[in-house]
Amino acid sequence: MKVSFFHLMPYQSLPDDFLDKHRSAWVDLPNSNFDPQQGRHMYDDYLDELQYADSLGFDGVCVNEHHANAYGLMPSPNLIASILARSTSKAALIVLGNSIALYQPPIRVAEEMAMLDVLSGGRLVAGFPVGTSMDTTFAYGQVPIQLRERHTEAHDLIMKSWQTREPFVFNGKFNQLRYVNVWPRPLQQPHPPVWIPGSGSLETWDWVLQRNYVYCYLSYYGYLRGRRVLDGFWERTAQLGIDDNPYRVGFLQLVCVSETDSQAEQDYAPHVDYFYNKMLRVYGPFAESPGYRSIESLRAGLRTAIGTNAQSSTSQPVGWKDWVEQGHVIAGSPETVRDRLKEAIGMLRVGHLMCLLHIGTMPKELTYKNMELFTSQVLPAIKDTWAEYPDPWWPSTLSETPQPVGHSGDS
Amino acid sequence: MRGGKLSIEVLEGGSGDPLVYLHGARSLGGWNPHLDRLADRYHVFAPCHPGTGGSTGLEHLDDLWDLVLCYEEILDSLTSRPYHIIGLSYGGMIGTELAAQNPAKVRSLVLVGAIGLWLDESPIADIYVLGPEERAKATWHNPASEAARAYMAQPEDPEAKREAELSNIEALASTGKFIWPIPDKGLRKRIHRITSPTLMVWGKSDGLVPPVYADEFQRLIPGSRSVVIEECGHLPYLERPEEYFQNVFDFLSQS
Repeated sequence: MKVSFFHLMPYQSLPDDFLDKHRSAWVDLPNSNFDPQQGRHMYDDYLDELQYADSLGFDGVCVNEHHANAYGLMPSPNLIASILARSTSKAALIVLGNSIALYQPPIRVAEEMAMLDVLSGGRLVAGFPVGTSMDTTFAYGQVPIQLRERHTEAHDLIMKSWQTREPFVFNGKFNQLRYVNVWPRPLQQPHPPVWIPGSGSLETWDWVLQRNYVYCYLSYYGYLRGRRVLDGFWERTAQLGIDDNPYRVGFLQLVCVSETDSQAEQDYAPHVDYFYNKMLRVYGPFAESPGYRSIESLRAGLRTAIGTNAQSSTSQPVGWKDWVEQGHVIAGSPETVRDRLKEAIGMLRVGHLMCLLHIGTMPKELTYKNMELFTSQVLPAIKDTWAEYPDPWWPSTLSETPQPVGHSGDS
Repeated sequence: MRGGKLSIEVLEGGSGDPLVYLHGARSLGGWNPHLDRLADRYHVFAPCHPGTGGSTGLEHLDDLWDLVLCYEEILDSLTSRPYHIIGLSYGGMIGTELAAQNPAKVRSLVLVGAIGLWLDESPIADIYVLGPEERAKATWHNPASEAARAYMAQPEDPEAKREAELSNIEALASTGKFIWPIPDKGLRKRIHRITSPTLMVWGKSDGLVPPVYADEFQRLIPGSRSVVIEECGHLPYLERPEEYFQNVFDFLSQS
């Protein structure tokens, strides 16, 4: 089992009247709402937390890319990962990822990720998401119906550029390059592991399975709802005659650990509330531009990862009790969290668990508490799950030496 | 067409001189009363835009140039005579492109609430994000009118309603391929090639494509004429059918 620490880097200081005044934390929330001085302190704290995750023994640290939003302050995850390449030493750098359809030519992504891999001594996991509708089709103006085609071409170009030792010609539909010759090239051979974050599009499953990558389901609706998507994924895997190695799947789960169940509510409820009610506020049409997903996916009624207003048919939970009961957040005493996480891991058959331990407005001290309780009292109980399976989707440099099991915070 | 890669559904009716009707960014949704009126006097061809209705093969059309040539090929296969074009909204942009691409084939051009140009000071509405109420307000002079309510009515059966929504999304996704995120794809550089008589018909209360765009088309197409209808939104043929048809038929008969 690989357990990683995921950070979204949310903006913590949205005004109290945000919900009354703005329809969305994404796309059209004026950046006058961003205070750069406060932002600077948030970045400082968030980098401390990511570095602390490395010293506490998390297998990996995860960063990701979002645009024109208060939900995640990493339009360029590579900038953050490049700091972590120097300030961490053991954890995999899981960049989940670069929205490769947005860059022309996407060679820029191949170059930066190769730099990260070399800088970190071969610890990079390369994530290639299609990207949310908000990020790609609104904030970056991509034509929705062409997005996946563009993504596939960018992927093909990047992967070929990493594995070819001579300059080559690339005559694509969106990218024409007479000389593809990526310097530096990645340290990991033949290339860093590739993980594909998906939000429940049917077309992504086949795409990932055909290429033998990891499928990551990143959603905030927890393992009980995630099961619906991952059951579908595993069913499709079986249909294609592919093995069911749990390391084929990555899953993101919000986790809040405290001394007791009731203390957990006291510690974390306001921060989780900020996350669900403010960070995830997305104006419906932004979440689902026409053509972003195929009509087949829409007909199947799968939810987007973020921004459910567009097609939500069930009522949304509104408070701590609902979030916890429905598994959106796994929260409570170490025993409670252990039990529910074990249940989730088995139910979803997930080998790469990514835990969101900083949520919404959590201050650094509380995040550290959550991280320490998690690594000392939860992680040891789940660490050995799936030990009988190989993990070929992990940085090869890190697989060669056994990873330290979590220990109490001592950094 | 093109060895089976493209298949375009064309609704056809009436007799007389050929008239090509190009629908808006949503699906045509079958033969309609508007087409009936036109078919009283003309031989009407109403193609469904690729990716909408029964027209398939959108994935083989990479850009606007591909699309315009595709239309030229379809229309050539339908009639050898020069044709009138009536283009609504998105269809107006396609019609203008066709008239600029091959002026000799276009006998006259009618643009109704057409897109294709862009004025920073009067942006065209972002149809992809308008909520139902905003959309109704922008589309109609009077959203409470009988015509408006009939147009906006949704099927009662939930499954039929969902299918209608999906078909609408599919049409917007398909036409969006050529106009996302801003419907300005260089028409301004080609529009001077138009030689056909051209009439703009606009609703004065058009909140989707403000009437200032009628002026802009008129400025860019030498000899063109513009009619702005009072108390009328984006769909003059539904909201002010009498003025609309009178203006259109007068113009067509003189062209």
